[in-house]
Amino acid sequence: MSAARPTVDDNPLRNSMTSGDSSALHADPDGEYMTLNMGPSHPSTHGVLRIVLDLDGEVIIRAVPDLGYLHRGMEKIAETYGYNKFIPYTDRMDYLAPISNNIAVAMGIEAVNGIVLPPRGQAIRVICCELARISAHLLGLGAFAMDVGAMTVFLYTFREREVIYDFMESLTGARFTVSFTRVGGLARDLPDGWAESVRRFAERIPKTVETDIENMLTTNRIWVDRLQGVGVIPKDVAMSYGMTGPCLRGSGVEWDLRKEQPYLGYENYDFDVPVGEHGDAYDRYLCRIEEIKQSASIIQQAIAKLPDGPISVEDHKVTLPEKTKVLTSMEELIHQFMVVTEGPALPPGERYFGFENPKGELGFYVKTDGTGRPHRLRMRAPSFVNLGIIPYAFDRAMVADTVAILGSLDFVMGECDR
Amino acid sequence: MNPLLAQLTAAETDGWWAGFQAFFVAPENAWAVSLLLVLIVGKTIPGMVSLLVWVERRGAALLQDRLGPNRVGPFGILQSIADLVKFIFKEDVLPGHVNKPIFLLAPALAVIPPLVVLSFIPWGANVAIADVDTGILACFAFSSLHVYSVSLGGWASNSKYPLLGGVRAAAQMISYEIALGLSALSVFVIAGTLRLHDVVMFQTDGLTIAGTTYDALWARILDWNLFKQPLGAIIFLIAGFAETNRHPFDMPEAESELAAGYHTEFSSMKFALFFLGEYAAMIVMSSLFIVMYLGGWTFFGVENLLTDWVAEYGAANPGWINWPLIVEAHLHVGIFLGKLAFLLWFFIWVRWSLPRFRYDQLMSIGWKRLLPASLLWFALTAVGVALVR
Repeated sequence: MSAARPTVDDNPLRNSMTSGDSSALHADPDGEYMTLNMGPSHPSTHGVLRIVLDLDGEVIIRAVPDLGYLHRGMEKIAETYGYNKFIPYTDRMDYLAPISNNIAVAMGIEAVNGIVLPPRGQAIRVICCELARISAHLLGLGAFAMDVGAMTVFLYTFREREVIYDFMESLTGARFTVSFTRVGGLARDLPDGWAESVRRFAERIPKTVETDIENMLTTNRIWVDRLQGVGVIPKDVAMSYGMTGPCLRGSGVEWDLRKEQPYLGYENYDFDVPVGEHGDAYDRYLCRIEEIKQSASIIQQAIAKLPDGPISVEDHKVTLPEKTKVLTSMEELIHQFMVVTEGPALPPGERYFGFENPKGELGFYVKTDGTGRPHRLRMRAPSFVNLGIIPYAFDRAMVADTVAILGSLDFVMGECDR
Repeated sequence: MNPLLAQLTAAETDGWWAGFQAFFVAPENAWAVSLLLVLIVGKTIPGMVSLLVWVERRGAALLQDRLGPNRVGPFGILQSIADLVKFIFKEDVLPGHVNKPIFLLAPALAVIPPLVVLSFIPWGANVAIADVDTGILACFAFSSLHVYSVSLGGWASNSKYPLLGGVRAAAQMISYEIALGLSALSVFVIAGTLRLHDVVMFQTDGLTIAGTTYDALWARILDWNLFKQPLGAIIFLIAGFAETNRHPFDMPEAESELAAGYHTEFSSMKFALFFLGEYAAMIVMSSLFIVMYLGGWTFFGVENLLTDWVAEYGAANPGWINWPLIVEAHLHVGIFLGKLAFLLWFFIWVRWSLPRFRYDQLMSIGWKRLLPASLLWFALTAVGVALVR
């Protein structure tokens, strides 16, 4: 990893152009540049990202991302629907890790009032988060490999994701749009034997990643040539663009909210934060591979010391009371009625909460006003912020590099446009 | 006259079958023989292609832990026929912004050159449509035309992604043609002939070292040009991948970058012809590789054992239909097809295993690695031949 890597300037097709004075570069007095519309429907823009490329031959002179094709007004929907009813919408944000979004939004809302889950609830959330991270990274790597041309890896990763879908199905009843969390807790406890089968999966997934992804790609000459020195994002640039997640860590910044601002008891787990060195697409790939292994380790630790007890807070102004009590006791009946019709009773307050989602920092700024609906719920979508790097990363890249860079940024438009 | 036909005439003397043969054997009816062979090849290759597409899809599924097409016919083997029916009934869109004559010409150009080249390929000792003296030159002359279909298809589409694909194709295929030609040249330096039939015979006549000809099995194995020209064979194979636009050199198509590359604007049977052309080109390139490096229809002399036995048995039993050459022809074609199947599987195997090169990397491999390597190998071969002779 420490050997010198090729840069943009080593490429004879590209080094004829200067990167200094951009206005002179973009002027195009002879009308020789071609404007290429990449997306919104393009095989490699992972959804509906549109990038307008100015090309000189195959070299990109300018790249302008155009977002918003998947905008659904989620923040406004949150204000209208209320806390728990908004959770299903978060499934459709980063739809590669729906349960992670559920947990993030629930924690963002809980954070306003300092609601902390009982230990078992926290541990289950950790397991679900890390399963979601594995699932998202598997798809991210698979789609990345497919964009660069290694189709088979995609199928291999999808086979493993299928197992995670099965876990989600037995846990939540849905494979994809799980809607598992509630403000102050979870929808239901673990089914019998679930923890054991997840543990077995977490035990074998690092090995599977090695045989099915790494053996196919990591030292593959074509893969290395395609990725090393491509889409280089130096440390300071990555930080100044506000990048988060594996994209930031690939640039060598050791920043993981699970370590920096621990939540859900992440400080009790032993795991490493992999960081890259060169900030190129190859390092981002290695980071994701390593994060899968670390997540598998966290899952094993969490299952090994999975505590007993309730999964949701006992404050029934926030969470639903037990159904048998609802049918027999006045107090609980009122709580149930109020939570379902009005929403959880959260006193006024506001707070920002950052959550380490697979794609980066998924932040929720929630302002409660004492009703069952947030006064304002603002989301910081990591894909949106990470995509800001496109004009920088695409500078003097080739057309074929666009797919490698986009794949290495691993974004989801559902979350970006929200 | 083709010895195969001569034997057919000698075997039968009366009946409708004899009359049938007499018609085809008569020298003035040579056109009919050619027409028949052309029809056979012209119909066999699309059939082989449809089988190959099925093998590719099932093979990909095998490599990828899934089932692949398995609904149409046993094991989905009729899938290609279903696809063909679909292609025929699809609307044939002719976009308004295209250059019509060239747009219509490009798909035809994709299919015709590979089919023409296949007529030069000797499938067996006496099985070739046109056994021309300048076989390899003719093959390269026609297979070079393939680049026109891709670049003209991209250009005539008058659309940006196809244009990029077409430009890539033109640059790529011309670059790799040079390495391909140079490695083929080395073969002809050692074989001393351009006739494909003689190139195969050269690989099966025993290994000659310092004036002594060895005929043992090891010598017959080492007699293949693959072992006499290892570097040349590797270069030929790599350049062959690039020539046929196959993964990892499928830059002109590059579905994740250029949508579908040069054939983005083509639909219905026009697309099907490009599809057919790609696979036919694969068959052509594999056949050329077999003829030039893998001993063509021979298999280390083992194939002669059976033909000899048939000839002896026929001579000893006069009542028995004595067609050793016919048996031999079937055997040769069978061996050839076996090698072809192996090479085509290799094409498929590589496609589903490797990532794709970038355009500039492809060019630098072609010009900075393969071209010097093939030049060097050509020089070494020339010096070696001069020293040995």
